[in-house]
This record gives sequence, C-alpha cells and structure tokens, in this order.
Amino acid sequence: MTTSNTSRVPTSDPQPPPTVLAEDVRPPTLVDRAQRLLHAQATLGPAGVLLLTIVAFSVIAPNFLAPTNISLILQQTAVIGTLALGQTLIILTMGIDLSVGSIMVLCSIVMGRLSADFGVPGPLALLVGLACGMACGLFNGVLVTRVKLPPFIVTLGSLNIFFALNLWFSRSETVRGTDMSPVLMWTGQVLTVGGMRLTYGSLLMLAICGLLAYALHRTRWGRHVYATGDDREAARLAGVRVNRILLSVYAVAGLVYAVGAWILIGRIASASPQAGVMDNLDSITAVVLGGTSLFGGRGLIIGTVMGALIVGVCRNGLSLAGVDVLWQNFAVGVLVILAVSLDQWIRKARR
Amino acid sequence: MTHAPWTRRALAAAAGTGLALSLAACSDAGAEDGEVLVGLITKTETNPFFVKMKEGAEEAADEHGVTLQSFSGDYDGDNESQVQAVENLIAAGADGILITPNDSEAIVPALDQARAAGIMVIALDTPTEPQDAVDATFATDNFLAGEYIGQWAAAHFEAEGVDPRVAMLDLNPNQIAVDVARDQGFLQGLGVDIADPGQIGDEDDDRIVGHDVTEGAEEGGRTAMENLLQRDPDINLVYTINEPAAAGAYEALNAAGVAEDVVIVSVDGGCPGVENVGSGILGATSMQFPLDMAAQGVDAVVEYAASGETPEPTEGLDFVNTGVELITDQPMDGVESQDSAWGLDNCWG
Repeated sequence: MTTSNTSRVPTSDPQPPPTVLAEDVRPPTLVDRAQRLLHAQATLGPAGVLLLTIVAFSVIAPNFLAPTNISLILQQTAVIGTLALGQTLIILTMGIDLSVGSIMVLCSIVMGRLSADFGVPGPLALLVGLACGMACGLFNGVLVTRVKLPPFIVTLGSLNIFFALNLWFSRSETVRGTDMSPVLMWTGQVLTVGGMRLTYGSLLMLAICGLLAYALHRTRWGRHVYATGDDREAARLAGVRVNRILLSVYAVAGLVYAVGAWILIGRIASASPQAGVMDNLDSITAVVLGGTSLFGGRGLIIGTVMGALIVGVCRNGLSLAGVDVLWQNFAVGVLVILAVSLDQWIRKARR
Repeated sequence: MTHAPWTRRALAAAAGTGLALSLAACSDAGAEDGEVLVGLITKTETNPFFVKMKEGAEEAADEHGVTLQSFSGDYDGDNESQVQAVENLIAAGADGILITPNDSEAIVPALDQARAAGIMVIALDTPTEPQDAVDATFATDNFLAGEYIGQWAAAHFEAEGVDPRVAMLDLNPNQIAVDVARDQGFLQGLGVDIADPGQIGDEDDDRIVGHDVTEGAEEGGRTAMENLLQRDPDINLVYTINEPAAAGAYEALNAAGVAEDVVIVSVDGGCPGVENVGSGILGATSMQFPLDMAAQGVDAVVEYAASGETPEPTEGLDFVNTGVELITDQPMDGVESQDSAWGLDNCWG
C-alpha cells in the first residue's frame, strides 16, 4: 500500500500525482480489489469472519454444527445482540453509550417488580418497562444535545444513576419469574423448527434488527442519522435538525435496551439486579466486530448482529472444544483488535 | 452559548442540594465522647449478601445502643473507597472496624494505621493477606460448605446406584480464594482426588465433565450449563458456586428437557435459593450466615470497647467460624442437614 497522496516528498519510487489517469498506471492488485470491495460492502468483513469462525469450529469442536447448538448460540446472543443494536445507533452518531447495561437492568427490575409485587397486569408492566427504557435514553439524549456534554461523560454518569435506581427499586433482591406474569416470560418460550430450538427472544432480536435496518436505510430519518454521525456541522448546514435526530436516536436506543430487558427476563426466568452489569462493554465489542466505525457515520445494523454472533460462536465453540475461559477472553480480545485494524485498513481504500 | 440557561441553573441547584445533604449527613455522624462507634465496610452495596450483613450490623448496633457507620466499595475490587472509609473511621475515633476487604493485600497498610490508633479490626467473610493483619476473622468455612454438598451428592448417587457425571460451574477465571475453597471442598466431599487444593481444574477424575465460569449470575450460569450440556448430554450432577448461577443452570437444563434427571447443588443460603430447594430445583445448598457474622462482629467490638479483649479463633481453625448448615429436603444417612422450612426461617440469618 504505497499509493498515498499525502506526501509530496520525492522518494526512490516516485508516484505520479493521484489523478484518474494515474490510477490506471498501476493496475489494482487482488488486495486492492478486496479492499475496495470491503469498503463498498460494509457487511462483507463481519460476514466473512463469521463464516470463517463457523467453519473453523465445525472442524475443531464436536457437536458444533448440530441444529440444537446453532439455535443455542442464537439464544446466547439474543440479549447482547439486542443491546448492541441500540448501541449501534448511538455509535453511528459518533457517540458511545456506557449506560446500556444499567438501563437494561433497571427496565427488567421495573417490569418484574410491577408484575410480581404490585399486581400490575403483564402487558401494562411491559409497557411501563419499555417507557422506562425510552425515558432513560431521553435523559442521556437531553444531556448530550441540550447541555452539550460528550456522550462518554453523560453515559458514564448515567450508568451510575440508573444502576443506583435499580438497586433502590429492587432492594437488591432478585424477582423470580414464577411470580411474574407469563407475558414477561414469553421471550423465553421456544419455537421448534427443524431441530432448532428458537426462543421468541432470539427471534425478537432478529425482528428488531430488520426494523432498524429498514429505518436506517430506507427512511429519511435513517439518512439523517448517518449524516449527523458523518459530519454534524455539514448535516446542520444541509438542513438536518441535528439535535432532534440525536434525541430520537437516544430514545430509540433506550427503547431497544428495554426490549433487551424483556429478552433477559425470558432467558434467566427472573429479574436480577445484578444481571448484565458488564454488558456495556460486550455490546460495544459486538458493534465494533460488526464493522461499525467508532468514528461515526459508517456501518450497517446487520453487521452488529453478526458481530454479536461472532463472539457467541467463538465462546461456544471454544467451550465445546474444552478450552479454558481465560483463553476465550484472550480470543475475543484478539478479534476486537483485528476488527478495528481491518476497519482502519478499509478506510484507506483507493477510490 | 445562549441555549437553555435553565439546565445550568437546575444543575447548580442539584449540586447545591447534594452538598447540603452530604454536609447534613456528616454532622450527625461521628462518635461523641464515651459512645462506642463501630465502622462497617462492605465490598459493594449491590450484593444482597452484603445488604444482609449491613442489616445484621444495624440490628446489633441498635441492641447495644452503639453508633454504626457503614461504608462500602463502589464495585467488587474497589480498594480505594475502602481505604478512604478506614481513614474516615480513624478520624472519627472508631472503636472497631468490621471490613470485608475488596483487595486482601492492598488494604493492609490502611488497617495497620487503624490498629496503631488503637482500633480493633475484624475481617468479615474474606480474610486479609496476611491473615494476622487483623485482630480476628469472622467467616464462613467455604471449604466445609463445599464439602457438605459434595458429601450429600456422593450419598445421593450411591443410594441411586448411579455414577455421577459432574459439571463444575465456577465463579471466574481468577481462582480467588472463595471460589477455590468451595470447588475443592465439593470435590473432596464427593470423593475426588483434588490434587493441589489451591488449584481449580487440576483434577484428572473422569467423572468430571468440565468446568465453566458463571460470574456468579443467572445469565452466566445458564450459558455455562448450555455449553457443558452440549459437550456431554449425560451430565447428571451440577456443582454451582452460588444460587443465582444455580438458577441459571436450572433454566438451561429445563430448556434441554433434562431438569428431572440432573441434581444441582450450590452454596449460599439466600432466601430465593432456599425456596429453590423447597421446590426441588436445587438438591442441596450450604447456608452461610452473613447477618450473624456482622452481628457477632458488632458484639466483639462492644466487648473490646468495654474490656479491651479481642476474639479467639474457633478451635482447629485460624478464623472464627460463623457457621454453615446443609439445607436439603432429601436427607442422607450420615450427612447432617436441615430441611428447607428451617432454611426459610433462617435464610442468611
């Protein structure tokens, strides 16, 4: 990769100025083509990595390709995957959300306690829980757009605020699923399809992915989100109401986290004040592995689900192969660094 | 910056109120002359185990008519906040400090200062390193807690005439003392050669299917159990580090349709866990007594303030054993236990 046009200093191998003609002087190599293709098709990278890990583990780990195991990975990915979908929206606007885990736990406790301890009907408890997630998101959004604080700082603070509220409201006690309305536990129900045991929770994650993909790629709102993330000032000058877009992004993200809370309740058959505390970092991992740039404005929502699946596949596969957890963490860390390096490299693609 | 001056005013008002509140909180704390002041420093505010501990200390302090000041770390492993808490208690002229150290080694210099100031220090639940950095340690015998459920499981499987296929659901990869003691105690009770008792996973008994970690939470317990089941569907005995992990493991077994055929054992003795023993989800659990632990600690400080005497360790141990009870509704010959009804009356007492 020597075709940089940033340096005018002549070298032993001087390059002609980067004109359209100059591009033709050196025919693009196979690597160049790959780089350009990856640049044009943002999901190709994560899809390739996902495919590669699946192939690798189907060779290494016995039982890996069994339909039950494939559906298991989907189940195991559902909570983090959903959180990561909300996180993707925020990262697309060049933000970051550290409060995801806290918002989810708070919502699950609100849903669980309303239903189990206050006798609120299941659907209503669910709605209040979803509204709670949205309100948390709006709280972050207002601080970002009105008080003009950096998202990192806002969500670092609200992480603690939401978590404290969760402990207060839950009295640090787990709410058992058997005490709750079946509506809240619905996400844990299983749909059997050809040997696969799909929970409604994992299907819900895929549905939200579809909805968000549509909203981001087929609506004006979606184009404005990308524009805001790419260059806020330019977007503003072009007539995008940047603050409104940001506020809506934080609210929608909060709502998505609340759906994550619903999925979590189904998965662990309870609402625990301790669950998901560390999920903020895992959700960022999934977004990064999914090819969404931490520098805003670039990425696809489908990549995020793939990113979450890559982590799920690795952990499950390594575990089936009997690898110590220590090395599972090591592998995920290596993957993240590789993914960001790939992102950086793709950004340098010759046009 | 013309936008929204109200937000800044609101923030300023909030900050002002917060400051006023914390000043008010400070002014009525601190020991007056002649009054006994006990300090309690727990690991976090979040774990119900420590919430119970705080309750126990508050009740005991009320009973004795002494003042209690509680502190905690911000997160598991937060040494800094605990050091600050010790410093505050020294400044307040405390008579005794009860602490569950987040970092057993790093807290020692702060505790040395406290003891140099004539304060008695008791480690609750988690020992310091070295252990003699405190005047006494009040703790659950975690190895024994594990051993009880191991013995119970061994008796259960012998009675059924089945060989156990064991899944081990541990805490995390760090091999911390509590995790190691429970894991190794369980295997010893089950009759496995545990090789190095300070090391998880160095056994080569083929009854053990595998180890995985749970972070002591439901979600982790479920995922770990799913993966181990996928590795070997014949698992029939599951050891879990604590009851939330056990609840998660049960969900995985239930989803796989094998919950009926698998026995889960655990350690903790929290009320939800005891309820799970009652409903047959858990085969047995070892109960600890955090409420008692803290109450005994407060008693010891009151005693120390009156007579200057520090507590003696339990015979044969280097700490004061605050007790462990096996809770099960399927009692086995030769293994002492209590049923879940007794457990519900005493959960985390």
